[in-house]
Amino acid sequence: MDNKNTKGWLYLLPAFLFLGAFLIYPLIDVFVYSFEEGYNSASQTFSGTGLYNYSYVLHDPYFLRAVQNTLILVVITVPLSTGLALLISVALSSVKPLRDLFQTIYFLPYVTNTLAVGLVFMILFKKTAYSDGLVNLLIQGFGGNSVDFIGGPYWAKMFVLCFYTVWVVMPFKILILTSALASVNPIYYNAARVDGTPKWRIFTKITLPMISPMIFYLVITGFIGAFKAYSDAVALFGTDLNAAEMNTIVGYVYDMLYGNSGGYPSYASAAAIILFSIVLTITCINLLVSRKHVHY
Amino acid sequence: MKIVLQNLTKKFPGRSKKSPGEVIAVNDFTFEIPDGKLIGLLGPSGCGKSTALNLICGLQKPTSGKIFFGEDDVTDLPPEYRGVGLVFQNYALYPHLTVLKNITFPLENLRGADRLSKEEMEKKALEAAKLVQLEGLMDRRPSELSGGQQQRVAIARALVKTPRVLLLDEPLSNLDARLRLQTREEIRRIQRQTGVTTIFVTHDQEEAMSISDMIVVMKEGVVQQIGKPQEVYDEPVNLFVARFLGTPPINIFRGRVSGSRLCIGEESVLPLQNIPDQEVTVGIRPEGFLLQKDGPLTCRLTRVEVMGRDVSVVSTHPCSENVSIRSIINAETKVDPDAQNVCFALKPHKLYLFHPRTGERIPFTAG
Repeated sequence: MDNKNTKGWLYLLPAFLFLGAFLIYPLIDVFVYSFEEGYNSASQTFSGTGLYNYSYVLHDPYFLRAVQNTLILVVITVPLSTGLALLISVALSSVKPLRDLFQTIYFLPYVTNTLAVGLVFMILFKKTAYSDGLVNLLIQGFGGNSVDFIGGPYWAKMFVLCFYTVWVVMPFKILILTSALASVNPIYYNAARVDGTPKWRIFTKITLPMISPMIFYLVITGFIGAFKAYSDAVALFGTDLNAAEMNTIVGYVYDMLYGNSGGYPSYASAAAIILFSIVLTITCINLLVSRKHVHY
Repeated sequence: MKIVLQNLTKKFPGRSKKSPGEVIAVNDFTFEIPDGKLIGLLGPSGCGKSTALNLICGLQKPTSGKIFFGEDDVTDLPPEYRGVGLVFQNYALYPHLTVLKNITFPLENLRGADRLSKEEMEKKALEAAKLVQLEGLMDRRPSELSGGQQQRVAIARALVKTPRVLLLDEPLSNLDARLRLQTREEIRRIQRQTGVTTIFVTHDQEEAMSISDMIVVMKEGVVQQIGKPQEVYDEPVNLFVARFLGTPPINIFRGRVSGSRLCIGEESVLPLQNIPDQEVTVGIRPEGFLLQKDGPLTCRLTRVEVMGRDVSVVSTHPCSENVSIRSIINAETKVDPDAQNVCFALKPHKLYLFHPRTGERIPFTAG
């Protein structure tokens, strides 16, 4: 046997073992659980195998609500946060004075704890017996009626969740995009200027294609991140998300395992596999689309 | 299109508090470039030649001075209104666009009455591509092209909008030696064919001499000499120009004029007229040496290099400022490679005298 090859495999072994034990094996395990009906983790027994878990989960109104919430969150926040981040990054790279200060300010949410930020958002939006919250004061100031954003109608809660998510994910995107913009060789802009290219055309025909790999990276990770959203909702609406109608798919999985209605690892596994297949499908679609539109 | 530069000056402010001194990249550059000529802007790196080019194309604004294209004052005009085509040192081809799209890019910027139809654009792009012999590569991406091909795409892109002036910034520096030779002929051919006034920047004197109608030699932002390549080579105004032009470079000696004779060391090498006694720096072109048994300049022979057509004799002399003296002798002259010393007679018209401190040329008449 080739000596070099053996050595190579040997070097890879620790990583293989680690990934195998903590990633591949649990994944397979979850897959297996999802087909075992009535699995009890204490006695390690199950009553039968089949697709019943999937059928249960797919007919559970809480799960359907969670899927709906997650999809709304994904569809709204990913394009919105990426677009806004692009806008801010372009603005940042075109100002000279105070750029570092602005960059720091925009990056602050990234280093702030999710739960702490959630608390701040609650104070901004929540309506209590004593105060209507800052946002409601503003709305009233403009002559509108106050809305309970935390305990009120569905759209208001969804608005807060999306707003919060966009706010939390943006700093990282701005960071990535500003460095992507800075890495575009200025010689292309000079060449375009000499040829009399209008600014908008420079942006769409040169800047965007040049940073397209980074935008694509942000969209893919954004999609995956938004599908896995959970802690943001908890930070805003507390742990009983089903009651607040604000549960997400990951939240549903968690509830099925440990929540008040928990203790059903089989249902949790089925829901997790469904989430996995949704994310996989979306990522594959993304990859296919990107092949046509991402350069290099 | 005639180009006139009037007292063109560009100063860059000091970078920081630690180095507050401003840098004068181009200092009082005055020059009139005749219509349809190919001009080589020549100088060592950092001499301000690229800055001068950027001033002409409008990417940088001059601190003072004026630029005219024909009769129009373009000093304050942004680059897009000047009608210049610029070829960058590393071509700056848009990597995500095909060759065709790269070449049509400047045309798509035209608005209003100048706007061409898609067919006309492609027709013009094809014409430009034909000029630089790129037909058949129109669907490739720049990364799929060789350096020379990329270079030609860049020239086609600069020419497609029929610029009033074509500017080339070190166009050959990214090519290998063989391709460089070929491409400089190409540039000459394209320039002749289109008749567009062309300025190109280079640090390679051979490149500039071989294809330019006129060369401008710059040093530290100051123009040293302007003229036809042969004139500048034959009559350098100062030591810098003499040193910068010519391969192998000119040989420099410490010398002295006394009693109408030029002496190098103890040897009197050349009778002179009309020149007072003084210390001088002597420059002798490699082709200015004649091998002669009883020649006045005796050098210690290091080695003889046979180059086919000529023989290059490498020797040393205690008064030489170069490490070795390189002289080029006709191959039919026999040189004994084992000899200790070689003796040279000197051709007066290949020998120049310079002021030892200022480097200014000192005129003399051979006697």
